[in-house]
Amino acid sequence: MLEYDSIAAICEAAEQQQTTISALVLSDQVEQMEVSEETLYKRMENSLHVMQEAVREGKNPDLRSTSGLTGGDAAKIETYAASGGITGTFMNHAMARAVAVSEYNAAMGRIVASPTAGSCGILPGTVVSMLEEGRCDEHAAVMALFTAGAIGMVIAKNASIAGAQGGCQAECGSASAMAAAALVELAGGTPTQAAHACAIAIKNQLGLVCDPVAGLVEIPCIKRNVSGIAIAFTSAEMALAGVESKIPVDECVLAMRQVGDMLPCSLKETSQAGLATTPTGLRMKKQVFGEN
Amino acid sequence: MNVFDIIGPVMIGPSSSHTAGAVRLGRVAWKILGERAVKAEIRLSGSFAQTYRGHGTDKALIAGIMGMHSDDERIRRSLVLAGEEGLAYSFTAEDIPGAHPNTARIHLKGENGAECVVQGASIGGGNILVTEINGMEVSFTGQYNTLMVLHYDKPGTIAAVTNFMAYSGTNIGNFRLTRPRKGGEAVMTIEVDGDVEESLIQSLRILPNIINVVLIRAI
Repeated sequence: MLEYDSIAAICEAAEQQQTTISALVLSDQVEQMEVSEETLYKRMENSLHVMQEAVREGKNPDLRSTSGLTGGDAAKIETYAASGGITGTFMNHAMARAVAVSEYNAAMGRIVASPTAGSCGILPGTVVSMLEEGRCDEHAAVMALFTAGAIGMVIAKNASIAGAQGGCQAECGSASAMAAAALVELAGGTPTQAAHACAIAIKNQLGLVCDPVAGLVEIPCIKRNVSGIAIAFTSAEMALAGVESKIPVDECVLAMRQVGDMLPCSLKETSQAGLATTPTGLRMKKQVFGEN
Repeated sequence: MNVFDIIGPVMIGPSSSHTAGAVRLGRVAWKILGERAVKAEIRLSGSFAQTYRGHGTDKALIAGIMGMHSDDERIRRSLVLAGEEGLAYSFTAEDIPGAHPNTARIHLKGENGAECVVQGASIGGGNILVTEINGMEVSFTGQYNTLMVLHYDKPGTIAAVTNFMAYSGTNIGNFRLTRPRKGGEAVMTIEVDGDVEESLIQSLRILPNIINVVLIRAI
């Protein structure tokens, strides 16, 4: 059985058995959870479908969050995507998906916390994009979520996936690292390349603070889901091109933990500093919750 | 930890502590009431009191009181549904000394006259900590399947309950008894390993001196 205490160990095991990370993890989870492979696959397939539904619902131009602060941006990006933008329609559609799911979350829509509600747009922005843009089939997309899950388990064990504990690097940073590994697998890369992609993604989000305006999972969380997918895609592309992370992935995870521990509490989901206490951030807080 | 702790849960946004945890707290209160609620007076303490509207915590608590689960898409319309189904509710902000920042105190009245008061907190990640039921101090997190057995403090009641559990092959991981006064109302908080059969709950309910048995399922 896998211990989920080292990303490198999981990737090496997959290489040795000449299989994918997802296949290795699925068979391990069958053993650990004592349920059939079919049951686990179906459950993950359902998660993928929930993500796809959230993408569709979140693109509604009239969608607004409970606080009234956010909503409707996914629809704008979706419309803009048709022009091709600067980075092409694929990237713009992916951005629209990430925003759609994050905005839908803020509007009390149904989402898959992956790993958290605050970072729920990153796997839809990447894995669902690969599926809906015709880059993989549904089976591969479902399996890629097992790969992402395995990476997340190691990060949760050796660092943190909670903003209150590790800042945004623990939420959007972890989701981005999970997505990077999943993308490498979907693009036909090796488990070793997936580990490098993961390391590169973590390195690019080290130190990211959690400073939500009014304590709501909206500003800046929604847009950080977009930067999360951008980092996931570029990290995966670099790894697939043969670029290696000079710092091994498990050491990157430990660095994330150390940085998270050193971040002051005011920058870990308490809304006592950063964007939350800017004049505009404070004004929005007053607008939503009144004088208190 | 398994892979679905990372890719999951499927939930209603915006945050696991403000929606998923709040739905579960409301649901625990509803289960303890044991019938449809017609009146809910909810006191919110700490950050719940400050921020419940923007986070949708009010909708989540009412949804739970109406028996919904944390992935129910009707949660965002729960206040409207409550009006339609004849559930009167009120929210008041009140500082409960020493309580966790995300604490709610839920006072319910049911359609057939049942009444209960449940206090608990949403402690992050959809996890809850229930601290008080009908004036009795309890402590359970809902991370394990938990049986709450409200009963009268009479000899042999605990033995009868645990015997039935033994017969059904249910292993007890943690047991706590709260008895504010001798011979009065008391509560057993029993955390168990694995699943609990509905038939076990039914057979526990008809034992002598049992007031109510409710199962709070793990996330």
